[in-house]
Amino acid sequence: MGFSLEAGSSKKIHYCIRVGDKEMEKSRVTKAVKGDVNDNSAWGWLIHKGISAPFICISLFAILVRVAVSLHPYSGAGDPPKYGDFEAQRHWMEITTNLPVNEWYHNSTTNDLSYWGLDYPPLTAYQSYIHGLVLRFFHPESVSLYTSRGHESYIGKLLMRWTVLTSDVLIFFPAVLWLILVYADQWRRHKSNLAWHVAMILLNPCLILIDHGHFQYNCISLGLTLGAVSAILHDKDLVASFLFSLALNHKQMSAYFVPAFFSHLLGKCLKRQNPLFEVSKLGMVVVGTFALVWWPYLHSRVAILEVLSRLAPFERGIYEDYVANFWCTTSVLIKWKRLFTTQSLKLLSLTMTVSSCLPSMFLQIRAPSNRAFLYGLLNSAFSFYLFSFQVHEKSILLPLLPATILAVEEPFLFQWLTQFALLSMFPLLTRDKLVLPYIALYGIFISVYYAPNGKPDAPNTRSSSRLTSFLIAFVLLLSLALHIIYLTINPPKKYPFLFEAIIMLLCFSQFVLVAVYSNRKQWILSNQQSPIGIQKKQL
Amino acid sequence: MKPPKQKKARQLEEKQTKLHDPHRPIIKDLLWFSLITTFFKVLLIPAYHSTDFEVHRNWLALTHTLPLSHWYVDETSPWTLDYPPFFAYFERFLSLFASLVDPTITDLYNGLNYKALSVIIFQRLSVIASDAILIYSIYKLTKNLESKKRFLIWVLVVWSPGLLIVDHVHFQYNGFLLGILLVSLGALQKGNDLIGGFVFAILLCFKHLFAVAGPVYFVYLLRHYCRGGILRGFTKLVTMGVVVVAVFVAAYGPFAYHGQIQEVLRRMFPFGRGLCHAYWAPNFWVLYILSDKMLAFVLAKLGFHIQTPTASFTGGLVGDASPFAILPTITPSLTFAIVLLAISPSLVKAWRNPQPKMIIRWVAYAYSCGFLFGWHVHEKASLHFLVPLAVVAVESIEDARHYFMLSIVSSYSLFPLLYEAQEYPIKVVLLLLHIALMWYGFSSQFSERNESDKRTACVLMVTGWMEKSYLLGFVVLEIWGQFLHPFLLGDKLPFLPLMMMSFYCALGMMYSWIWQLRCIVRSQ
Repeated sequence: MGFSLEAGSSKKIHYCIRVGDKEMEKSRVTKAVKGDVNDNSAWGWLIHKGISAPFICISLFAILVRVAVSLHPYSGAGDPPKYGDFEAQRHWMEITTNLPVNEWYHNSTTNDLSYWGLDYPPLTAYQSYIHGLVLRFFHPESVSLYTSRGHESYIGKLLMRWTVLTSDVLIFFPAVLWLILVYADQWRRHKSNLAWHVAMILLNPCLILIDHGHFQYNCISLGLTLGAVSAILHDKDLVASFLFSLALNHKQMSAYFVPAFFSHLLGKCLKRQNPLFEVSKLGMVVVGTFALVWWPYLHSRVAILEVLSRLAPFERGIYEDYVANFWCTTSVLIKWKRLFTTQSLKLLSLTMTVSSCLPSMFLQIRAPSNRAFLYGLLNSAFSFYLFSFQVHEKSILLPLLPATILAVEEPFLFQWLTQFALLSMFPLLTRDKLVLPYIALYGIFISVYYAPNGKPDAPNTRSSSRLTSFLIAFVLLLSLALHIIYLTINPPKKYPFLFEAIIMLLCFSQFVLVAVYSNRKQWILSNQQSPIGIQKKQL
Repeated sequence: MKPPKQKKARQLEEKQTKLHDPHRPIIKDLLWFSLITTFFKVLLIPAYHSTDFEVHRNWLALTHTLPLSHWYVDETSPWTLDYPPFFAYFERFLSLFASLVDPTITDLYNGLNYKALSVIIFQRLSVIASDAILIYSIYKLTKNLESKKRFLIWVLVVWSPGLLIVDHVHFQYNGFLLGILLVSLGALQKGNDLIGGFVFAILLCFKHLFAVAGPVYFVYLLRHYCRGGILRGFTKLVTMGVVVVAVFVAAYGPFAYHGQIQEVLRRMFPFGRGLCHAYWAPNFWVLYILSDKMLAFVLAKLGFHIQTPTASFTGGLVGDASPFAILPTITPSLTFAIVLLAISPSLVKAWRNPQPKMIIRWVAYAYSCGFLFGWHVHEKASLHFLVPLAVVAVESIEDARHYFMLSIVSSYSLFPLLYEAQEYPIKVVLLLLHIALMWYGFSSQFSERNESDKRTACVLMVTGWMEKSYLLGFVVLEIWGQFLHPFLLGDKLPFLPLMMMSFYCALGMMYSWIWQLRCIVRSQ
């Protein structure tokens, strides 16, 4: 596989470099023809008037898919005594609606932190509070203190599902709309490509399965991040800092993007007339947002530390289950947990993470550009996913977000990553009994990906060599076989987690390849700054 | 610079012609579209399903375990077999796979009310798979149309919210039955009358409710197929007769052999059901009943002595006593006569000028008449004319407007089928998506001629204040039924929202019927 990606990228370099008049002419002609073809094609009728029609239709379809997925079980359904993420979220609503703010993170007789204690930043707590109020209004028993533990009534479950749905529609969908508007404005893509892009973002199987199947509120933090990205592409840096600070305060996992945002904004400030003033402006926004969110805990140092200690659960070890990152994969050979203390592992993982995202940061600080920023997001998210401490399978959603934003530029990379992100979560989703929606969403994703005239033609996919396509087919077959084996065959007694380990190995190898490719791509982009600037102007 | 440009242009032209190459891309596009819908249907598997689910499960068990002679006599479960023989054979065919998947599904006794995941997935998948016939029929019907119209028809039929609600949530097998109807109509439209008649005969042996269009088929085939002099006409008549009789023999022959015809017919035509179903289908009789109540109320106020009827309509089953206070009682034979009378304009037209391009409208009109004036009509029967009308909806702007209105009315009238809260967003968003798709699809279809003005395209689908306020009324009705009624009245008058829905949708249905009638009478 390594070979294939390399080959593709090198061809792409040539493509990028030879941006002569001839190429421009050609691309313009093909685009014009594509436009003609599109108007006669299957969904030409949908896109011939602006982006609003496809956006509305695709959003409605995406909502339908989400509602349909929410008919299926969630994590820990009917599984006492600890249940799963659904119960965790419900329990937070119970805690936040019944206790005063300063006791939310405080272990007490009323708030037993060992039973799904709050371990996300305050914005999640506020969100739980608001949703808890809704639940209390319609169905008080579902959030009553103590007695509601493990509450799973028909209406209670439904209300919980609907809170996710409304959060998604109110935060993630508008962010996508903004992104698409900015994209349409800046890159002048054909409308059918934009419609395809909207569908790819809104119908991403991983996010839907985790939020509306497994049960979480990733749509909020990812939606805020997406909003921040759109703001940056739209040159609204202050708004971006505000939104990203909110994202950070909703889920500390958003820190995966911190290096990219930080380096890009810093690089941009340094390019301006008065760097210090610009930086302090951004800093004020960030500090202000944080202060706002943390206001109830700012009165004492103890309170802040109490919350912070909840956010960093180092006692849970460097990895859990079978996550396809560096630590877990290499632990097949090196028993990290036995060889090192948690303290040294913390330091080690921090060093690895930071050093792996340093190149990307450096490039952004030196020469910030919007396109390179998107690759930078992918790179920094991947360095965290692969090397940081305590990573979940679900964290693959974070690298997946910038890949989704890049779907039009890198369709192959995007779908490849999505497929392996899905595979990496397959054991988890099987445990949640979500195989049926997994198959259906996988199918919808692949179908929409190959929509007639939707996908932009990537110059490198057509001319790929026979070896490349053979390797691609081989890896896909392997993935299919792993799915089937995992579902049908019982693992040998000696190695009960054999199949999980194989899935992890395969996914890890693909993730590393994608990360390497995207780092390289960012490097190339940063070096090709000026020609691309010209290209944009000419287009 | 010039020569390469020309060359390029030629290459591009070639590319375009390749893209316009008929059939292959059509199949590909249709497969693409139906794959997406199929995967969505898979997502709906755990949704609520009605007792029809157990009905069909019981039929699987019954046809699997019992010999053919007992199929229409068995009374192990209250859900006895009451569809014509081909449907029973179809269940027998499915039961072969069902018993492989899980033997309990086809167990006549242990399988009663079986709710395991295996049976749910199996039955749901059988509906999804049988929809292939619908997709095939739509391919046959649309392959020679221009691409825009074609795709619109696909959206209207394959992504029909009514079919999704009734087949894939509520649980029934309408998709493939309507597919068979469309295959037959497509054959007639192309002039293959013999095949059309043959397929329609098959359809009748699957579900006898489709017989309402029988008169139209009969007159049309008699006048269009059996033409060309007395001798030739007679030969053709005999050919058609032999084909149709052969189909019926294949269906009923085995039962006749076992002397079961009486039982089969008794099951298929149960008497003793009321004029209206438990939830009133939005047809003419809703208006009739309500005007009777209104008259009784007004006359009583005026001082007349009105005897209140003993039977009520809200119970579903109505006994022998007349449920009407003022207006004359309705009997099954009377409704039969009214339906025939209502169909007659299309029969006259078909007799005078049997042209293939009108056949879909005539058949759809016949089903509308059956729906509006029939005895004990189910709300689901509105699909019988909604789906065929989708094929002609793209022909003119008037058709599109009518279809826009009718499909909203029809889909909304199906809402009470999914009464649980869990499916509420599904039905609402399905309808909204359908409206959005129709709106954009139709307006892009018909705005081309006057491209310059964007506003005309925007107000295209709904014209006139009456249509607008009627459609807005649905929003009011839904808000009343869902929120205001429980909030203001609590548990009082629980049937009122449903009654209002029936009444309101019945108005739209009457409008559609009059529109279709006018369209048929005016056609040349």
